[in-house]
Amino acid sequence: MSNVVALKLPIAPLSEEEETATESQCISPVVIEATPPIGQARAGKRLIEFAKTVVPPILGLLLLIGIWGLVSMKTSGIPGPAVTWTEAVRLFSDPFYSNGPNDQGIGWNVLSSLKRVAIGFGFAAAVGIPMGFLLGRFTFMSSMFDPIISLLRPVSPLAWLPIGLLVFKKADPAATWTIFICSIWPMILNTAEGVRRVPQDYLNVARVLGLPEAKVITKILFPAVLPYMLTGIRLSIGTAWLVIVAAEMLTGGVGIGFWVWDEWNNLKVEHIVIAIFVIGLVGLLLEQCLIQLAKRFTYETR
Amino acid sequence: MMKPMVKIESVGQSFQTKQGKFIALRDIDLTVAKGEVVTLIGHSGCGKSTLLNLIAGLTLPTSGVLLCDNREIAGPGPDRAVVFQNHSLLPWMTCFENVMLGVERVFGAAEKKEKLRARVEAALAMVHMDHALHKYPHEVSGGMKQRVGIARAFAMEPKILLMDEPFGALDALTRASLQDELLGVMEKTGATTVMVTHDVDEAVLLSDRIVMMTNGPAATIGEILSVALPRPRDRLALAHDATFVECRGIVLEFLYRKQLKKAA
Ligand SMILES: Nc1ncnc2c1ncn2[C@@H]1O[C@H](COP(=O)(O)OP(=O)(O)OP(=O)(O)O)[C@@H](O)[C@H]1O
Ligand SMILES: [Mg+2]
Repeated sequence: MSNVVALKLPIAPLSEEEETATESQCISPVVIEATPPIGQARAGKRLIEFAKTVVPPILGLLLLIGIWGLVSMKTSGIPGPAVTWTEAVRLFSDPFYSNGPNDQGIGWNVLSSLKRVAIGFGFAAAVGIPMGFLLGRFTFMSSMFDPIISLLRPVSPLAWLPIGLLVFKKADPAATWTIFICSIWPMILNTAEGVRRVPQDYLNVARVLGLPEAKVITKILFPAVLPYMLTGIRLSIGTAWLVIVAAEMLTGGVGIGFWVWDEWNNLKVEHIVIAIFVIGLVGLLLEQCLIQLAKRFTYETR
Repeated sequence: MMKPMVKIESVGQSFQTKQGKFIALRDIDLTVAKGEVVTLIGHSGCGKSTLLNLIAGLTLPTSGVLLCDNREIAGPGPDRAVVFQNHSLLPWMTCFENVMLGVERVFGAAEKKEKLRARVEAALAMVHMDHALHKYPHEVSGGMKQRVGIARAFAMEPKILLMDEPFGALDALTRASLQDELLGVMEKTGATTVMVTHDVDEAVLLSDRIVMMTNGPAATIGEILSVALPRPRDRLALAHDATFVECRGIVLEFLYRKQLKKAA
């Protein structure tokens, strides 16, 4: 089946392929290193290496677009790549227009979703990280809170939305509240794990030097836990970005999730497809930023 | 007899394990004089690290008392610097900052920043690491890390220096050159030192006295050998020195005849 599709790939309109190929390069930016003048052979080798890293992802994307084009041809209602592309160009030519609260550019929608994530996430970090330190440092605290966390963590954050609506009486903080709830668990658990995993050697160094508690925290515990904390942050920002779309669908207002729902009501399916790509792209960027951040703060121990 | 720096009086140490009480050490009596270099030698698992940790104050004895400079050892402190077997440098700090951490703690209250920096630089220069002040531990070799660990301990000017197999993880060549370096530093500073090793040559080369421990469980001090070699000592000259060879023979005899460990 997939073979057939792959064979039919060239059917997709050529102009499409070219345009999406350039787009794919935007999606995964290729780091082009400054090439010092080197021998022909080395340059050739580099070119091959370059091709090896670039060609497979492009092929994958072409395959996706091919399948998409095929499906859209067979099914009425699902817009094909070409239609979506022209619509996307139109949308992104003016992402920041504003015609009242229910009709705003896609840029505004994305930004307000990001803002909610940032606020909810910020509160979660402010509460979750100190909490994680306490749970990791004191067994009493962890035996006190672990059962509660185990009970609440598997609950979909959306189940908390009504509580948020009830308490805050408004949609916007309620959506932020769900983000807070879904972000806080990975933050607490990873920080606590990091604190528990601080090598005994480092703590012995602190004890032998007789460092005061404040120094132990800033010079030893914090740097040692940082990589774990960043893992927690990465996990929670991932789920936060998943949850915000669903939460906004339910609460309305301005936001990418609400926009998807709105376009569904307007039956503008190509906008929904565009939204899917945009959501994916933003999620990818968030993840990449945090991976880079984590790399910066991960220390080689040997 | 010089002033005693460390006094260990009928110390015993046992651990609670799943199989019940495990007696690691019993009836340890030892006095280390000021400026003396003592090595602890014995087969693996006999309790050398346990004894060193007791002097460091990282663990407390189940019986008996330990005194350092006539005060009971109730916990770790910067007057007893430890060089750990695995260097234990903090990976997020440069070599300079690692040494500074201890220096700041000991002298920070009394001295200015400039003076502290000078101390750190001097300590690193002493172990020939002044070329790598601002490198991170993962950027230097294993031997260099160990030197920084030694510099960190010396820079604190501790009353007593404790070393747990400081060169255990190094290759023979590096180990020899670090031993020579350490020998020089110890002679220069006159530091009181207790060092764990399982290398007989190292023990004889560096120590004034060698404490030989019996096999565990319930290990204790088997014999104590005084090494009457004049300082400064030189590795090459000593290789055929009669006293050196004799000391070496006594320790080997103890380890491999009297305390031969059956292969488990
Ligand atoms: N915290 C502990 N709990 C239980 N048993 C312990 C503990 N620490 C050490 N032991 C036991 O005490 C004995 C002595 O251990 P120690 O680490 O002092 O040996 P060692 O002489 O330093 O050996 P090596 O040369 O291999 O480092 C061992 O049998 C060990 O299993
Ligand atoms: Mg040991």
